[in-house]
Order: sequence, then C-alpha cells, then structure tokens
Amino acid sequence: MQFDPFVIPFNIGLYFIITYVVVRCIIWFRDLSRPDKLRLQRGFFGKPFGESLKEIFLESLIHRKILKSNLRLGYMHMSLAFGWFLLIFFGTVEADVFGDHHLNAPYKAIFFRFFNPDHGRTGFESAYGFLMDLILAFILSGLLLAVTKRFYSRVVGMKKTTKLKITDRIALTSLWMIFPSRLLAESFTSGAYGNGSFMTGSLGAWFSTFLPVRELAYPFWWLYSLSLGTFFVLLPLTRYMHIPTELFLIFMRNSGIRTGDKPGTYSEVQTYSCSSCGICIDACQMSFAAGINTMQSAYLLKAIRKNDDVSHMAQNCLMCGRCDQKCPVGIELSPIRMIQRRMEDSENDFRTVYKGYFRSQQRPEPVKPVMPPSFGFIPEAEPKKVDVVYFAGCMSHLTPGIKNSMVKILNASGLSYSFIDEAGGICCGRPMMLAGLDREARELINLNSQLIWKTGARTLVTSCPICYKVFKESYYLDVEVLHHSQFIGNLIRENTVKFNFLRKRVVFHTPCELGRGSGVYDEPKEVLSHIAKLEKSKFEDQNSLCCGGSLGNLKIDSRDRIRIATQTAAELTKGDPDILATACPLCKKTLSAVTGTRVADIAEIAAEALVIPRQQRNIAKQIRIIKELADIS
Amino acid sequence: MDKFGYTISKGRQIDYDSNDRRIAEYIYEREPSFRLCIECGGCSATCTTGNFTRFSLRELNILIKRGENEKVRQNIRKCMLCGKCILVCPRGVNTRNVVVLARQAFQKSDDYAV
Repeated sequence: MQFDPFVIPFNIGLYFIITYVVVRCIIWFRDLSRPDKLRLQRGFFGKPFGESLKEIFLESLIHRKILKSNLRLGYMHMSLAFGWFLLIFFGTVEADVFGDHHLNAPYKAIFFRFFNPDHGRTGFESAYGFLMDLILAFILSGLLLAVTKRFYSRVVGMKKTTKLKITDRIALTSLWMIFPSRLLAESFTSGAYGNGSFMTGSLGAWFSTFLPVRELAYPFWWLYSLSLGTFFVLLPLTRYMHIPTELFLIFMRNSGIRTGDKPGTYSEVQTYSCSSCGICIDACQMSFAAGINTMQSAYLLKAIRKNDDVSHMAQNCLMCGRCDQKCPVGIELSPIRMIQRRMEDSENDFRTVYKGYFRSQQRPEPVKPVMPPSFGFIPEAEPKKVDVVYFAGCMSHLTPGIKNSMVKILNASGLSYSFIDEAGGICCGRPMMLAGLDREARELINLNSQLIWKTGARTLVTSCPICYKVFKESYYLDVEVLHHSQFIGNLIRENTVKFNFLRKRVVFHTPCELGRGSGVYDEPKEVLSHIAKLEKSKFEDQNSLCCGGSLGNLKIDSRDRIRIATQTAAELTKGDPDILATACPLCKKTLSAVTGTRVADIAEIAAEALVIPRQQRNIAKQIRIIKELADIS
Repeated sequence: MDKFGYTISKGRQIDYDSNDRRIAEYIYEREPSFRLCIECGGCSATCTTGNFTRFSLRELNILIKRGENEKVRQNIRKCMLCGKCILVCPRGVNTRNVVVLARQAFQKSDDYAV
C-alpha cells in the first residue's frame, strides 16, 4: 500500500467536494417543479443526453464560444479547463498502466511521480512522461495569462475584469498555486532521481546543481496537496462553484427547462453557473459609455449568491440584452434580473458559514397587500369592426412623424384599418413590467386586449418595439402581431403598395426590444434595402447598441443616458450616412437629440418613398374640386 | 388685520408644521434629480393617464414637496409608467423613478390604505 500523510488534505478536499456536489444536485432536483422534473428525467435518459455531453465538451472544456469571440481569453480558459481535464485523464491512465496495480485511488494518479519516482526512463514510459509534461506546460501557459490578466486585463483583450471578494481571493490563490507547486514538486523529484521529461527533467537537473532537491521535493508535494485541498473545500463559497454547476445547467437547459418569471431551481443553478469571467462587463454600455461599473450581470449574480440586497442593482440596467448575447455560459441574464425586480425587498438573513454552503433558496413569497384596481378610470370604448388595428403606442405620440407616416402608408394600402389610439390610448403594460409591477401591467394588458378583441381584427400593427414585445409575449390574443417594419415588408412582398427608390445612404440602428428582445432582425433591413441604399455599421444585429433611452432602467441619470446616446450615435454615423434609420420612436427621440445626422424611423422613410396609387390621387383631386366648389357656393 | 378687511384664506395655507415631509425626503434621498423640477408642467401635458383623468404629475410633485400627501396617495397609482414625461422633461428629472419611489414610500408607511 503506497501512502503518505501528505495526501490527506487532497483526499479530504476531494471527497468533501464530491459529496457536496451530489447533495446539492439532489436538493436542486428536489426543488424543481413537477413538469421540470419530468423534463429533466426525459432529457437525461433521452436524446438530449448526447447533445449535453457534446456541449459540455465544447463549452465547459474547450470554451468554444469564448475562443470564437476572443482568442486569447478563450485560450486562457481552455488551457485551464481542458488542460486540467487532460492531466487528470492521462494521469489516471498513467497510474493504471504503469502503477503497481490497476484501479487506484485518485490520489495515486495525482501524485504519481511521488510514489513512482523512478518511472519514465525508457521508451514508451518516457514518451508518456513527455505528454504529461506537455499538458502541464499547456496549463501553465494559460495560468501565466490568468495571473497577468488579474493585474493587467488588456493582455487578454478585456477592458475590465471582475473585482473579487476575500474567499474568492484565497480560492484563486490556491488555484494558482496548484500547477506551479506540481511543477516544482515533480521537478525536484526528477532532479533527485535524474529522470523526468523536457520540462520537469531539465528544470530538475538545473535545480539539482545548486539546491538540495531531494529534501525540497517533499514540502512541495505537501504544498501541492494542500492547495488542491483548500481549493476544493472553498469551492462552494466561491465563483468556482460554476465548475460543477455548469454541467448540471447544461443538462437542464438541453432538457428544455427555462427561467420563467419566478425564482426557482433553474435561476439558482444559473446564478451559480456564472464564472464571473467578466465578458458581460465588457459588453455593457453602462460600463464602456457611461462608466458605471457596479451593476453588471456578473456582479448582480454574485450579489444574489451572497444574499445581498440587489433591488437597486437590478433596476439599474437598460435591459438591452447585450450581455445575454455575449454570455459564454448561456445564462439567461435578463430574465434573472426581471425576477429580482419582481421581488419585494427581502430582509437580509444573517450570514453563517453554513448558509454559504447551503443557501436557503426557498424564500417565503412576500405577501403583497390586496389593492383595488389602479386603472378604473379608463372609459370603455366601442371601436368599429376592422381587419387591421394600428396601435401607435405612447412613444409614437411624441414623434408624430411616425404615426402620420403610418397613416399615409395604411391609407395607400387600401386595407380596412382603425387607428385605435389615435386620440391617445393607454400604455401597453411593458413599462410596468420592467418596473417589476406585474399585477398592474396585467390590468393594462386586459384593458387593451378587450379593446383589440372588440374590433375583431386579425392583424395588429404597432409602431413601438416595446409594445410589440409585450403584445407578442404577454397578450393572449388571436391576432397576428406585426411591427410596422414587418407590415411594410409584407406590403412590399405582396406588391400592394409601391415604393420609389430613394438615393440616400442609410444606416440602420436595431432597437433592443425589436432585435435582441423579439428576434426581428432581417425584416427592417429588407424594407430599407428596398427603398434606400442600406449601409453596414460595426454594430449589427445581435451586437447592436442601445440608444440609452431604454425604459428598462429606472435609476440611470439623464446625463449618463446622454453619454450612452452620444456614443451610440457617433458609432453609427461613422460612415457619414444621409439618414440614421431606426424602427422605434424612443430610439428616434433619443438619438436625434445627440446627432447632427437626420434620424428617421423606417416608417417615415417608407412614407417618403411611397408612390400614392393613381386612383387615390384622382379621388383626392375630385374631393378638392368639390370642396372648392362648395366653398364658392 | 381682520379689522381692515384682510383675511387669510385657510384652504391655500401651506402648514409645514402639520405637513408630513417624509415621503419627499424618501424620494430626495434616492432620486436627487427630483430637486431639479421647476414645475413647468411638461410632464402633465404629455401624460398618457392625464389624457383620461385629472392626473397631473406636476400637481403631485408640488404636493409631495409640500408634504400634503393625501391626494398623492390616492392618485399616484394611476400612473402607467409609460415614460413620456422623461422624454419631455427639460430638467432631466427621472420622473418614472420618482413615481416608483413614491409608490414604494406609501407602501412602506404603515397607514397605507387606499
């Protein structure tokens, strides 16, 4: 039996973390809702299992998404994760093949060289030793990047890196210690026995020229074991909990479980899956345009893990969704933030170490006072029966150009339509939702639903992406909901209305709620390229910027809004286009205040290019003549 | 002074001794831009809710600052938070947050009942 007391810290750490993760997963599974439990079971024993394994390999080990977007950062994450995996895998094989017997305890693989110091002198053994050295060198190169990143984040092409708390620092230090201490321990042992491969061997030989390597090796094996043990024991208290949690998350996601709008297991698993890599911080316009570096998703999730009061942090966000797109773990960051907005301020329960390991996630639902309806004053309307309903939205009433253009286009289309909020309708409910006031939002949704239902319309056209998103997602109406850019696109495709080609260069700004919020990217661009010369900008589609006017942020100062808007407008007008086109009244309003370039909504440009049908033109002429005659008489 | 025919009209008197400024303080502390309001009435002019009923954010702002909270308590929940008032505000007051904070403040004060 090969044993030495120095393996004890490692063994304690390893068996602790395995037990902990198993218990934690059981608790998470227990807390799942019944349908989600079934989904997970079906996902685990079904087809998604293979996909999950593939995703774990590609994302958790190789870190493909980070590699695609940022090569150096991806390499850093890959070398640590994939390298460590390879080291464990080939280490186990090595211990199994070259050890004194098969199926060893894990510590024998990890500390193989200590127990077999004379190994690796000949042929195949030395080739295998070369491979192990190569893997260790691979990890150490990533570690070098990681250490440098801590002090100088630009080295991996990142502007900001996350700030850490004290347990994170201890865990980080122990993680950093693991591989250098392994290198030194192996080198000293190799130096003492005069073997080892290209790295440990030569390093050991060099050390043996001036150091008592035989005596030094043992303390470094202790250090190696201690740093492993410390890292494992502290893991649940730190962001490194993402290593085991992410695997569980991938299985849950591939089984079809989604965040929903209440706190639950899935949102908690996502919270723990965040590795605080800081990619969301770099994506955030609040950070790079307005210099606000306290509320980004990585910090929010960390604060949730720590049970801090996050109400201010949760509301101080534009909800533009850029971080959702960039997150390499695929955490649904905006839905998690929305959950936090909906929760009332909860009393902070005092922290103990036990709470750190087993956070009570089942918080009591705050009892909301029963309140009478807020909007009883809204009169009931009796709209006329039509095919198409046009809902301009509150914001469009501040930009009359948009609604007038839409009226012009709708008239030209010859459809039977009604402009349902011509005299000013009520709000769609989305702003209320964004403030976390779902009950009130539901009241507005019901009022609007009744109104639309009464018209008997089959199509609902809206000019505001904010309204579009809520009509699409939260209204249970049997109508086709279209944003006006989609509606105009349909008119073009069906050739109902003709448009001229404007000789103007146009850059399109994708509104957040329309693009990332609702997934409408192509239709507005198709319309624009049909009626004008559409040019590309650096910020297209998923990578589009927020105008800064977003209703999602309740807390941001007006000056910061202007800073964001100014930068966005400057980025988009770099090619000096004739028109900065957008598809949202709020974006138009915000951007036109900060740029000299003409900002126009897609509907306005379309109305400009509109060819009024001859028949209508003739009728208009007749009417004018009749009116003139009437005036004379 | 009464002898000379002058009277103090009771209804318009702002009595800071009996008025409750806690709501105003609560909002000032969390949304400093509330102090910038010049009561121009732009918000009320564009208000979606104001289109249907006599809801005026300008009036409510003045009442909160005076500490006459009763009318505010009755009306503040009529706001739909649509955000048009932010866009028209010439002083850059974060009006939506003012409304949200006022709602919170009333909810937190013990005698909340509508």
